[in-house]
Amino acid sequence: MSDLYLPRTAVIDQRTQESPTIFTLRMQFEDDHAQQAFDFSPGQFNMVTLFGVGEIAISIVNDPQDSHFFDHTIRVVGRVSEGMSGLRPGDRVGIRGPFGRGWPLDEARGKDVLLVTGGLGCAPLVSVIRYLMNRRDQFGHITILQGVKHSSDLIWREQYDIWSREHEVKVLLAADVVTREWRGQQGMVTELIGELNLRIGRAIALLCGPELMMMAAIANLRSMGLADNQIWFSMERNMQCGVGQCGHCQIGPKYVCRDGPVFCYSELADFMGTKGF
Amino acid sequence: MARDGAIQFAEMTSVEQLSPGLTNEQQPGRYRLRQGDGDRLFDWNHGPQGVKPHCFSPREVLWSEQGEPLRFQPRLPAQAPIALVGVRACDLAALSIQDKHFLHADAPDPHYRQRREQLLLIGVDCAHSAETCFCVSTGDGPALDGGYDIGISELDEGFLLWPGSDKGQTITDRLALQPADDRQLESMLRISTQAAEEQQRSLPQPAELRRLYRRLEHSHWQDVADRCLACGNCTAVCPTCFCYDTGHEMSLDGENAQMVRQWDSCFSAGHSYMAGLLVRANVLQRYRQWLTHKLAGWQEQQGRTGCTGCGRCISWCPVGIDLTQEAAAILREGSVDV
Repeated sequence: MSDLYLPRTAVIDQRTQESPTIFTLRMQFEDDHAQQAFDFSPGQFNMVTLFGVGEIAISIVNDPQDSHFFDHTIRVVGRVSEGMSGLRPGDRVGIRGPFGRGWPLDEARGKDVLLVTGGLGCAPLVSVIRYLMNRRDQFGHITILQGVKHSSDLIWREQYDIWSREHEVKVLLAADVVTREWRGQQGMVTELIGELNLRIGRAIALLCGPELMMMAAIANLRSMGLADNQIWFSMERNMQCGVGQCGHCQIGPKYVCRDGPVFCYSELADFMGTKGF
Repeated sequence: MARDGAIQFAEMTSVEQLSPGLTNEQQPGRYRLRQGDGDRLFDWNHGPQGVKPHCFSPREVLWSEQGEPLRFQPRLPAQAPIALVGVRACDLAALSIQDKHFLHADAPDPHYRQRREQLLLIGVDCAHSAETCFCVSTGDGPALDGGYDIGISELDEGFLLWPGSDKGQTITDRLALQPADDRQLESMLRISTQAAEEQQRSLPQPAELRRLYRRLEHSHWQDVADRCLACGNCTAVCPTCFCYDTGHEMSLDGENAQMVRQWDSCFSAGHSYMAGLLVRANVLQRYRQWLTHKLAGWQEQQGRTGCTGCGRCISWCPVGIDLTQEAAAILREGSVDV
């Protein structure tokens, strides 16, 4: 029986500083067979081990068709991610995964897709945006709403510009605090939702970001008539095992690591907004 | 056997180490061994631990790593075969729940499996119930109902013994056993019926317990939180609680490290730590997490509650919190479902 806790080594190929606190590591498994066998879907995550320091859950942000590498975009928030910010090409980490349930791609196929994200460039959502952009003919209109606290926090700005020039793709940016050169809206990203012409019945919404932002977005979407089973979002909790065993990530009866991290609103409606879950 | 004032599974070399006549008194926040009448060997119920630590180790190394170049080495436990003698029905039910959790088809835990496969389980029917027992209401006791290799019922005149598995059968085949007569079989039934009738506590039925999730704002949660010390004794003695924490331990020279896992508790602050904040910052939220998961969430996860009625969380709670009473109060009192 394979040891589900044992990481495999991966080598860092490339490191990109995205913002003062956010960086992306492109890596591949040391073992070619492991790299070839590595198959994931957008929204899934790996457990990444930094030698002697710790192991954390990080979503995979590249397109699954990139078979020779995988990317992790990491924000420095704690001890382990801070240690990882010091990694350079040629350094090694341990990888377990991929884990969890990703975005509902089959459900979204043929539909208009609304993507709502807040915070510092939400990595789990970027993975699915890339997936949609690379398969543009399979999906309807795409609308990306990206909110940040301060306009200088936005990463992947050039990428958003490129996406916004695609056919039937709309990118709307909002920042609470703006600088003079900001071309987006000032205010909350959730305020933008009301201005959309959602084609209810053929639209699906994918959300990622702080829970309060997502709850506000969900309330807006529901009031516009979007069905609960067409609202999907990615959750974050303390994750240690990745396979629904260590018990930390539970929200009610759901394991975020195994049943999620992407959930349909109808699955978690009873617990969203209840403190302590 | 008795050790440090409690019944424990410990290495035994002779049958004399099973104290004849020993019994236990268990009440909310109280556990005492006492010499009872007679010389029966299994008149006690249980000590603080069931089978759990023998499969799911309280602390173990999952793997080790070296830094230069980075390499990971598996560290599976080298477990010698052990026989646990005197396992109760509630603990066998709990073991079956833990088996489902750790040997779940999608992600079987090789460490748990290694230990689990080395166990020989000698079960025994309970002849008495402690004041804290409520296994009748959960459907898990007091008589054995599967999950053991050899079953035992202790009569005044000796033991009735039967195989519960192929492994058990190979052992009983080699013993010089007399067939039990009708009178002995009647005694066996009478003993466990009597033990069942002694039970004073009961847990509401599963369908009712699922309603706990609809009472998350009930005022009684604060009432329990005001008494609960969040010490984690209940989760440590619970035979089904499975939460664990993993962490790296570095060698002093910095060249090697190992991944260690140890039992965690949803009452600890770090249990809900996420990116610099605590999802469950106070005692109310932690007790509510424990009780709702144990009694309601588990039903969706495993098809039954995570409670087998052993009552340990009641006996070993330093302030005597009784989950049967708390659950009933939250389901009964005041507010309507939301």
